[in-house]
Amino acid sequence: MNGRTDSLTTPEGGGAVPVPAVHVAGVHRVFGSPRSPVQALRDVSLSIAEGEFVSLIGPSGCGKSTLMRLVADLDSPTTGSISVFGKSTRQARLDQDYGIAFQQAGLLPWRTVRGNIELPLQTHGAAPAARRARTDDLLDMVGLSEFGGHYPDQLSGGMQQRVAIARSLAESPKLLLMDEPFGALDEMTRERMQNELIRICAETGCAVVFVTHSIPEAVFLSDRVVVMSPRPGEIREIVDITLGTAGARGAGLREETSFYDAIRSVREALHGSEPAAVRGAETR
Amino acid sequence: MKTESRRRRRPSAVAWGIGGVLLPVLLWEAYKAVGPASGVSVGGVPLLPRTTDLAMPHVWTMLERLLAPESSASGAGPMWLAVLQAAGFTLGIAGAGWLLGVAVGLGLAMLMQRFRSANSALLPWIILSQTVPLIAIAPLVRRWGSQLEFGPFIWENWMSVAVISAYLAFFPVAIGALRGFGAPEKAHEDLMRTYALGWWQTFLRLRLPASVPYLLPALRLAAANAVIGAVVAEVSIGLRGGIGRMIVEFAAAAGGDPGKPWAPIFGAVLLGLAAVGFVALIGALLRRYRRGEQAA
Repeated sequence: MNGRTDSLTTPEGGGAVPVPAVHVAGVHRVFGSPRSPVQALRDVSLSIAEGEFVSLIGPSGCGKSTLMRLVADLDSPTTGSISVFGKSTRQARLDQDYGIAFQQAGLLPWRTVRGNIELPLQTHGAAPAARRARTDDLLDMVGLSEFGGHYPDQLSGGMQQRVAIARSLAESPKLLLMDEPFGALDEMTRERMQNELIRICAETGCAVVFVTHSIPEAVFLSDRVVVMSPRPGEIREIVDITLGTAGARGAGLREETSFYDAIRSVREALHGSEPAAVRGAETR
Repeated sequence: MKTESRRRRRPSAVAWGIGGVLLPVLLWEAYKAVGPASGVSVGGVPLLPRTTDLAMPHVWTMLERLLAPESSASGAGPMWLAVLQAAGFTLGIAGAGWLLGVAVGLGLAMLMQRFRSANSALLPWIILSQTVPLIAIAPLVRRWGSQLEFGPFIWENWMSVAVISAYLAFFPVAIGALRGFGAPEKAHEDLMRTYALGWWQTFLRLRLPASVPYLLPALRLAAANAVIGAVVAEVSIGLRGGIGRMIVEFAAAAGGDPGKPWAPIFGAVLLGLAAVGFVALIGALLRRYRRGEQAA
């Protein structure tokens, strides 16, 4: 609106300097009163490229969800700055530059599956025909074509979560924010959802910020895993996962030694320098 | 499975319903048959009423009276018709009062939801309003109303009754709606924020639908209150034609015609049932807003 620098930097797609999907610079977040402050995030800096899948991992209360909420403009940093596609987080939110999914599917119980997916489109004034077509595509993408008329309480947890993912993709965002979206699912459903998510990411090419506390999940999905320390949340290490592009990853990856090697390096980063006591893959 | 269990439950539900109606009738007649004519009193304090035909007419006397003409005047219609007409008249006023009360209650709740300051400023007054006795406000409403005049509009007495009825009806709606509007989960509110929706859109898409489970009991209470308000206000205001006025008039006839005062009481019961039934209908129409999202 107020023609600021961000509109000058790069026209869509063709700039010499690529604008990162998310750029976090020196962010602190302090909760609580000035007398008893609780430092949730300390000096977090991170840049996520377009199309990149980045997981935030760490123990409970390490501020990984807080960081995601800051990116989503559901909360503001105490100090530091965050930009999304070169804009302020607020502008990115107003422009619907990201889609979001939470641990609970958070579907509106009085709307059908179709109604839930259509909600963002509807509130932003898409034409009914376009809405319908888009919803059909999304239902197809998450494999729920036959369930458009069902209500959320008629679906299993995994199906509800698939609807939530379809909903987060409704506006074709170039950035997806996911806060432990599979945290409440059983292991089998969870792996299937991971397979689907990685396929969807390959199809849509969107960048993903994925909050999780499961090491295998983070490794399987990510290009980079950001390992965070307990409160105050800091980035302890960023582990590059070189297991190929999203399109090249499949369910079979979980059997490969390179997968286990990556898991080991993330675990070592999580637990600090001391070697992990437990051997083998934690199956969560 | 669901339909099967419903089908199986139906007959017993009907039986319980009939039993519920019959039980008071039986108790009434049983006490009348065995109780002493002078009633039961302990240490001079009357505990149970006299069982004379005058004080406790038989149930069938009451029913017979409903079928008999309203009065001894020639050409008088049957009592039940007069009662129905009076009940219909009052129902109309109570309905107007209910609508007004629901509108005011929802409006106040929206205001309080929107502005924290409005919540602090209004809530004490809303609660205080219900501590004022109806008898005290009835003459006030009537006097103020009679001073209103814009153009051809003339304040009529039935409007005073409707306003008093609304005065009782708005309270549960305001309180219930306020709770309901605050009921959505935090995740849903966050979601609306990520959709960059303003207050009004969030209200329409999220708060209003989410409030339905809280709103329905409030609407039912409001319906009952509106009926009571209308009946009592008719008496206080002195409006003719309604069931409240009829109850008072017929009570005077109890001496010579013990079944007569009961006729408008049945009418009042019918009125309450109609009001609550109407809200049940609304509840059935809003069924889909009452589904719960099952946890995974």
